[in-house]
Amino acid sequence: MRVMLFGIMKDIVAAGSLTVPEQLSDVGALRTWLLQEYPAMKNLRAVMIAVNKAYAADGQPLAPGDEIAIIPPLSGG
Amino acid sequence: MEHWISIADSITVQEAIDFVQSPASGGIVTFTGTVRNQTQQKSVHKLFFECYEPMAVLELEKIAKAAGEKWPVQRMALLHVKGEKLPGEVVVVIAVAAAHRAAAFEACQFAIDTLKETVPIWKKEFFDDGEVWVAAHP
Repeated sequence: MRVMLFGIMKDIVAAGSLTVPEQLSDVGALRTWLLQEYPAMKNLRAVMIAVNKAYAADGQPLAPGDEIAIIPPLSGG
Repeated sequence: MEHWISIADSITVQEAIDFVQSPASGGIVTFTGTVRNQTQQKSVHKLFFECYEPMAVLELEKIAKAAGEKWPVQRMALLHVKGEKLPGEVVVVIAVAAAHRAAAFEACQFAIDTLKETVPIWKKEFFDDGEVWVAAHP
């Protein structure tokens, strides 16, 4: 599965997107995997995950073809 | 309630006011956010705004809809920039028109406060000695 990265998450991963294992079945599993692979994420205040352009709770299942984005702390406005 | 949402390289206060103005409106409230040349006693040379644009548009739509349900507002414009901006440049404009001022003030404050919490846009500050993503650390 491909996930999009923004802001400081791009710096942490050193890429604009990332391929994650297909077997990550929900948002919580993706979050756990990301924290294991990129421990620097733990220093961020809050990281949200969006699925198909909407904020998703950890229990939300992931399906092939979903548009997944990692949303580090916001600073618009 | 009619609304206009735009994420663009450049925005103006006037275009937001022009959209919301109508003979039915007794009051128009605008909020304008601009680039500040200092943060925590450091000079800021420029900002860069990164945006997850399709989701940002949807989140702005939600804000307009929620404001329209909470207050009797007639028209709203929510504009935000993307890309590089220099000190003094406009980066966000919210304009709200209503029959009476109270609704316009309250809806405008709600819109900018909510925008900062929910709209996927990120700001990088550039200083003499480096650059930093704002709000990235605790």
